[in-house]
Amino acid sequence: MSTSSHAILAEGLQKRYGEKRALDGFDLAVPQGTVYGLLGPNGAGKTTAVRILATLVRLDGGRAEVAGHDVVREARKVRRRIGFTGQFTAVDEILTGRQNLLMFGRLFHLGTARAAARADELLHQFDLAEAADKGTKEYSGGMRRRLDLAASMILAPKVLFLDEPTTGLDPRGRNEVWTAVRSLVSGGTTVLLTTQYLDEADQLAGRVAVIDHGRVIADDTPAALKRRVGGDQLEVVLEEAVDLPVALQALARVAAGRPEVDEKHRRVTAPVERRVAALTDVARALQDEGIGVEDIGLRRPTLDEVFLRLTGHKAEPEQAVATERTEVPA
Amino acid sequence: MSTTILDDGVDAPERRMYWALADGWTVARRTLTHLIRQPANIAWQLGFPIVSVLLFGYVFGSAMSVPGGGDYREYLMPGMFGMTMAMGFMNTAYAVVIDTTKGVTDRFRSMPMAPSAPVTGRGLADIVSASVDLLVLAVTALVIGWRSDGGFWATLAAFGLLLWLRFALIWIGIWIGLMTPNEEAAGSLFAVAFPFAMISSVFVAPSQMPDWLGAVAAWNPVSSTVTAARELFGNPAALGDSWIEQHAMLGAIVWPLAITLVFVPLAVRRFQRLSR
Ligand SMILES: Nc1ncnc2c1ncn2[C@@H]1O[C@H](COP(=O)(O)OP(=O)(O)OP(=O)(O)O)[C@@H](O)[C@H]1O
Ligand SMILES: [Mg+2]
Repeated sequence: MSTSSHAILAEGLQKRYGEKRALDGFDLAVPQGTVYGLLGPNGAGKTTAVRILATLVRLDGGRAEVAGHDVVREARKVRRRIGFTGQFTAVDEILTGRQNLLMFGRLFHLGTARAAARADELLHQFDLAEAADKGTKEYSGGMRRRLDLAASMILAPKVLFLDEPTTGLDPRGRNEVWTAVRSLVSGGTTVLLTTQYLDEADQLAGRVAVIDHGRVIADDTPAALKRRVGGDQLEVVLEEAVDLPVALQALARVAAGRPEVDEKHRRVTAPVERRVAALTDVARALQDEGIGVEDIGLRRPTLDEVFLRLTGHKAEPEQAVATERTEVPA
Repeated sequence: MSTTILDDGVDAPERRMYWALADGWTVARRTLTHLIRQPANIAWQLGFPIVSVLLFGYVFGSAMSVPGGGDYREYLMPGMFGMTMAMGFMNTAYAVVIDTTKGVTDRFRSMPMAPSAPVTGRGLADIVSASVDLLVLAVTALVIGWRSDGGFWATLAAFGLLLWLRFALIWIGIWIGLMTPNEEAAGSLFAVAFPFAMISSVFVAPSQMPDWLGAVAAWNPVSSTVTAARELFGNPAALGDSWIEQHAMLGAIVWPLAITLVFVPLAVRRFQRLSR
């Protein structure tokens, strides 16, 4: 692996808390200028990974490079090249938005004049100019998170770490933050974001690493991950369970893989490649046989299902399982 | 993006000292800006000693006698100064808890600033705000008739000793703050701070307490500082016979030194544990 083309490179990271292995052979290679999603259930090790990469936590084994510098030996150089937004919004609640950015700018050693100019720039960029001189206590959650992002962008970092950037925000706040993140990415920043929301990874990330028990178990584009779980599925629900064998045959003729039967729900599913052709073929075949069909449709696996398939357990309970369906009257 | 600044000169040793001071000052300014933006907080903080002054000075004052003679209010004022310093560690601890739980400490740690700055800045700001506290209390005391008869330098030395105690307590405050899990738990620190300040010579001479309590009170670092300040101010000191009371000046210098020597390493170790 060439280090120069990767903004983040982690090899075999180990981190233990007592008996608990928070990270257990964590590998990651994030190309420059991409948005990478880190997806995993509670306690999977997402925060630990991000905190190690942001030089906040010491690692027990393995090595990691961020923006071309070792996170242990060259922590200071790494710190000059990263922005970090933790799980909680880390802005001073008593100071105003502008005072916050000024303080952080000075601490980035910009000097007062440049810190002030940069604060102005960022307040505009993150749409906070109007509220600039209000105490951040009066800000909405989305505004505070945007200020938080602005603070981590002061040095226009090469790599930005976002730990659950929209957790606890309402839909509007989430959209505000998403817009802000997208604008950063168009400026060339590499972003590593962890999230509890699968649709967030889908929305923002070009690639997703699924992490479970402290290691990456899958690492691909959201679309490829979905495909890996079987691509599109054709699903038929029958009126009578006795017709299941016939339906199974009909599906087997068009399927790209083995059909599965769920007797309890009188359902047969099979992965298909030529979506529409398969659907019409099966619908016609079942009609010709005179079989009562309650429901027939194409569905595409959601990231939730990908997740379930890969980790063997469900994602966070908040995730409603949304399925895309193409209904065809039977 | 226009502002890509990748100046690794910060790593040069000769500039480390400069940035350690500059960053410390930036962090301190933040806390001082808090004071300006929330003057009500100072009022709260000073309200307690001022109310105590009025309560003890006027309500109980006539019933209280100072062993060895002297005016109780004269006796009380240096005690109030000392109590304010003693309780001050709660402010430090509270600020540290807030920063740690809200992620501000992590943000600082992820930045290329001097690693010492959060601590030095905190300490500097606390000393400045403690000085403001003392100034306000001294003015209140003057208004109700308190005087220092010790002369300029002795008076200054007395305030110096009070701030020296406050300085030492910064480290206890940081240490406790780093161990306190959340804001709510920080509120219960009052249960520690109150006896620490009260079981001392602040309000009553240890010789007037039951023997065992008097011994604890006499050995309380707050007592040494307060007694030394009384001597320097020329206020009645109500000295008991115990060795520590007879050597209040020594105690007022050595106690804070000992506290600093013990708690600086403890606080630093706690701080380093954040990166575990
Ligand atoms: N400071 C710590 N001390 C002890 N155990 C810890 C510590 N930090 C993390 N852990 C443990 O390590 C594991 C990974 O935690 P981590 O916070 O990285 O998970 P996460 O994927 O971010 O979870 P979440 O979605 O809940 O934020 C968990 O089992 C957690 O209990
Ligand atoms: Mg986490």
